Amino acid sequence: MERGALCQLTVGLELDEITSEKEIISREQGDSKASGASDVILYKIDVPANRYDLLCLEGLVRGLQVFKNKLEAPRYTRVSPIDGEVQRLIITKETIAVRPHAVAAVLRNITFTKERYDSFIELQEKLHQNICRKRSLVAIGTHDLDTISGPFTYTAKPPGDISFKPLNQTKEYTATQLMSLYKTDSHLRHYLHIIEDKPVYPIIYDSNGVVLSMPPIINGDHSKISLTTKNVFIECTAMDVTKAKIVLDVMVTMFSQYCSRPFTVEEAEVVYPDGKTCIYPELAYRKEKLSGEFINRKVGISEPTEKIAQLLTRMCLLSQPTGAGDEIEVEIPPTRPDVIHACDIMEDAAVAYGFNNITRTTPRTYTVANQFPINKLTELLRQDLAAAGFTEALNFALCSQEDIADKLSKKISDTRAVHISNPKTAEFQVARTTLLPGLLKTVAANRKMPLPLKLFEISDVVLKDESKDVGARNSRRFCAVYYNKSPGFEVIHGLLDRTMQLLEVKPAREQGYHIQAADDSTFFPGRCAEIFVYGKSVGRLGVLHPDVIGRFELSMPCSALEMDIEPFLGHTAEALLTHDVPMRETIKHISSRQDKSYVEGFVASQADAAVFDAIRSTPPQTLQHLLRWYNHIKSFQMDRARLPATKTQFVLLNACPSSDHASDEDIDLFGSEDEAESAETARIKEQRLAEYAAKKSKKPALIAKSSILLDVKPWDDETDMSKLEECVRSVRMDGLLWGQSKLLPVGYGIKKLQIACVVEDDKVGTDMLEEAITAFEEHVQSVDVAAFNKI
Amino acid sequence: MCLRLRLLTLEGSVSSPFTRFSGSLTSFPFSVKPRIPIMADAGSVEALLQLVEKADGGVDSLDVASSIGVDHQVIVGAVKSLQSLGDVISAEQRSSKHWELTEEGTELAEQGSHEARVFSSVPPEGLPQSELMKLSFGKIGFSKAMSNKWIRVDKSHEGGPRIFRSVESIQDQVREKLLLVQRGAPLEEKDKNELKKRKLLAEVTVKSYWITRGSSFSTTLTKQETELTAEMIATGSWKDRKFKPYNFEAMGVAPDCGHLHPLMKVRTQFRQIFLEMGFSEMPTNNFIESSFWNFDSLFQPQQHPARDQHDTFFLSDPALAHDFPQDYLERVKRVHSEGGYGSQGYKYDWKIEEAQKNILRTHTTAVSARMLYKLAQQEKFTPVKYFSIDRVFRNETLDATHLAEFHQIEGVVADYGLTLGDLMGVLHQFFTKLGITKLRFKPAYNPYTEPSMEVFSYHEGLKKWVEVGNSGVFRPEMLLPMGLPEDVSVIAWGLSLERPTMIKYGINNIRELVGHKVNLQMVYDGPICRLDS
Repeated sequence: MERGALCQLTVGLELDEITSEKEIISREQGDSKASGASDVILYKIDVPANRYDLLCLEGLVRGLQVFKNKLEAPRYTRVSPIDGEVQRLIITKETIAVRPHAVAAVLRNITFTKERYDSFIELQEKLHQNICRKRSLVAIGTHDLDTISGPFTYTAKPPGDISFKPLNQTKEYTATQLMSLYKTDSHLRHYLHIIEDKPVYPIIYDSNGVVLSMPPIINGDHSKISLTTKNVFIECTAMDVTKAKIVLDVMVTMFSQYCSRPFTVEEAEVVYPDGKTCIYPELAYRKEKLSGEFINRKVGISEPTEKIAQLLTRMCLLSQPTGAGDEIEVEIPPTRPDVIHACDIMEDAAVAYGFNNITRTTPRTYTVANQFPINKLTELLRQDLAAAGFTEALNFALCSQEDIADKLSKKISDTRAVHISNPKTAEFQVARTTLLPGLLKTVAANRKMPLPLKLFEISDVVLKDESKDVGARNSRRFCAVYYNKSPGFEVIHGLLDRTMQLLEVKPAREQGYHIQAADDSTFFPGRCAEIFVYGKSVGRLGVLHPDVIGRFELSMPCSALEMDIEPFLGHTAEALLTHDVPMRETIKHISSRQDKSYVEGFVASQADAAVFDAIRSTPPQTLQHLLRWYNHIKSFQMDRARLPATKTQFVLLNACPSSDHASDEDIDLFGSEDEAESAETARIKEQRLAEYAAKKSKKPALIAKSSILLDVKPWDDETDMSKLEECVRSVRMDGLLWGQSKLLPVGYGIKKLQIACVVEDDKVGTDMLEEAITAFEEHVQSVDVAAFNKI
Repeated sequence: MCLRLRLLTLEGSVSSPFTRFSGSLTSFPFSVKPRIPIMADAGSVEALLQLVEKADGGVDSLDVASSIGVDHQVIVGAVKSLQSLGDVISAEQRSSKHWELTEEGTELAEQGSHEARVFSSVPPEGLPQSELMKLSFGKIGFSKAMSNKWIRVDKSHEGGPRIFRSVESIQDQVREKLLLVQRGAPLEEKDKNELKKRKLLAEVTVKSYWITRGSSFSTTLTKQETELTAEMIATGSWKDRKFKPYNFEAMGVAPDCGHLHPLMKVRTQFRQIFLEMGFSEMPTNNFIESSFWNFDSLFQPQQHPARDQHDTFFLSDPALAHDFPQDYLERVKRVHSEGGYGSQGYKYDWKIEEAQKNILRTHTTAVSARMLYKLAQQEKFTPVKYFSIDRVFRNETLDATHLAEFHQIEGVVADYGLTLGDLMGVLHQFFTKLGITKLRFKPAYNPYTEPSMEVFSYHEGLKKWVEVGNSGVFRPEMLLPMGLPEDVSVIAWGLSLERPTMIKYGINNIRELVGHKVNLQMVYDGPICRLDS
């Protein structure tokens, strides 16, 4: 097969590589080992993780043949046994405690060959690893039906009470013995943990007490299948019944092609502890209807409806136009449990069309770009710190407890560190709470480099914080170290001064920054100072304690600086950008209650027109989704007669328990169970709508606020600025909140007052503010708005 | 300190004081030639120049040395320093062989041969043999004098063997021959060989210079300046001075500066690209995330392998998230367990306990989910383009290209009616800015995007298509429960920052790039980052 050809015809899969056993061995172990290995060409194919139908050669070939129009997708049918004797699997209540679900089916008159048999076993193994989550969710057991006799009982027993001869063993073992036997089995030991600690183990018996299997560990030897097996009994035990059904469907659809009546599967009956019975396999075909326009619109193509139906049919999704407009009816076979939404069908159409055949277009989305403020500040600072002679390091956010505590002479309990529950090594015990250990380790790993070593890092640490939804937050830090023959405190101190210069903070006790002696066990006594900015502590600098230096395997003196940089962000509206989400929804979502843009399906229909008529006036602005729908349907008014008739969107052969979640809602705008909208229901709806609007208006409305930064210039150079500020702050209005302020030089020794405030837009305007402040004529010359941002 | 003498002028001779240092001196990385040009004393340079002026056709440096009466090395030094001044002289190296006395030979030339000294030590009345043997030259001289028959031994003399002269006088031919050699006179081959055998003579190779006048020959030297000074500029004296030439072969002095980390330089470029394309940066400064936002909100089922202990870091403290938007959480629960929004759902028992589990986020898409949810809470939907580049964490097996944490680059566009073609178009623009123009898309599977596409680019070096990223359209089961309008599509793509950086900077082991084992020299030497070149 030509490589390019297969790549072209992608059925959602790609030919990864053409190779041979010989090539693989020679690549991995050398040419000498490869001699004698098979030269048979292997095609390595990458199968998407959710395409269980492509896991075996049978399914893959079937898929390709259908895609190439060489075969019509087979129809899988469930049949009753010819003799009328349905195989039954009875589940007892003991299984509830350990593995409550089971499904079963029979492949009748199957013919195995070596290849088919191997493929059958291989598919089981692949399913076990994949959807069955290493047998924890589902375990498959296959048995030679002619060696056992039903009905079968699926029960659970204490391990000591279970005894049988397991697959490929020569004698009987108790379950307890088996568990210790398989402790050393390279394959089975990975599954033991699933039931090991349970008081009872799952076990399946036939009517004569013969053990079929002890899921999810091992089958019994008695019923094992072989090349000569004609009738196969398949059981799947599970924690998740949906997955069990999928696994059973995949197994039987793939291998029923070798039955005397190809693609038929004999049913089996499962009896639940409560007496309820179910027939398996389900082999459910589901029908969905969607419009050709929907697919064209989502993919960005414009294919005629018939062509789209053909594309989908080639993907084993039997489709045909219904004739009603561009509507297509799609049948989803039991082999495609991955198709759960119209978007999955859309993807298949796109795959069949060929991703690389789709015209690449440019969306016309107009947006203005903003940087995340803390990142913007970080980027700017990094440049200038490198210009100041320090080299940037980049260390891991995860480290050992020792790194952030013991090595720095700190207690782990004092660190506010978050702890990882499942680290594979000590390197990943905690998230770092300080950048210092990373930098010291970087120095240690680069001791051969010429001195001095001057390093910095600006990055996030993680601290526990109860006020956050997850109980922790990041904090952006700046850390620098100077490592040389002398401590160089003055160098680190100089870097602090430069950093403050960069951040426009002056050296001053209250209205600037200063450092002050502090005690810190990480630092040499008397050589540590705390950094205060506008009276608030932001970090520390000093000469490291010799013990700390030693613990990081260093030998020279070292001085260090670490501080928060978030306090320097300023108070722009952008600075308020956060990943925090509102925990209460202020706006009710119509569309979230309603699955579609339209009353039914993805296109406007008569149902929309009926509902439109029922609403007498334009909905209020607050109901934005409803309003959007209203305006949209209004645009159809001219053509409304041509809108398609109402319909039921999905035909579900295998409907899940109907969800009546709508009933507990206080409002159901489009309760469209009733196909025809009567005037009465419409009236009730409108009444409810009104009630809802009224109810909503009582809820605290979202108050529009703005953050304003005002520049207040004094009357002259003799104006007392503190008095000025006092005057400004004396302005009080409803919805006005004064914030931080600072004095900024204007020139000739004159300073202006910059003061922030937050106002409620509806209550306070900038004009009012200006007017109120300029009223202090003795002090104030002018007032300007320096920044105005919506919050 | 700036001597650059590399020549060993006398092979086989005793080492000169210069040769010992020459190795280390030449290793100084100065770009200018020696700053003290005249290392030899000025007298010998002057004398040399005068000899060169007088001589027609040139002089040999050895002759110069002997005629001035200084060591040859001094003249070699003078030649070197004159050469550095330009074309004052031209010197051609030559070598010659000649015979020279060894140390012992020199001693013998001064004091006479051993045998002659033995003869003169013996008085007419004789000397006891034991006395003679005590003399330094006794043993060798005795046997030679005996074979010359200059002396005899009376073994039967009372008081032990005694030595007497057997001739009246002797001629010390050895000494005479040595003196001949010392004077430079020729010697017969036979004699040379005999003296060589006695280690009194040795043949040495002498390297010397044949010195002739150069094109700018002058006996008076003007001193060359090494550097332009402020004084010269002020006085204008630079016009009259000669300046020593620079050695442009040498490297300059490295500037004293700091350096940015290569990965961060690449990050800056990616940020730049996104900003150029009008994408806003998402607030990704939350490494700790709840499983709810990291998985559930993305319609990633609770039994998905990615949520396994083997793939994700879970937290023991704080183990659980405690606050969720309750209405939204209910909608997420419903779409997982029952379906809705046109979906069948996954039909399993969705548990809040699983969603509450705190983890180290496995992708920045968790923040995209938060941002999209917030967008849905806006009064009116507005189109957005978002990006982020930040750390994500995987509890994976580590190797040369995988670490437990790496930086994820992510782009998201939300607008009405976006198509798969739009996604491919945006990706094309994005990768074009990275200098990648040949793109192909391959179907893939991802729980929260449908369709999902792996992005491949053609690698000219490897001559094959290599994966450069992942992309897709977010599923309605993710978007609709958030409350986004139905006809809004959200397209997204992601890639790692480390991989393009490793390719860009030719790094094979990721530990040399990220973490404390970084090679600082690599950081110091790193070029600026231009992704499209």
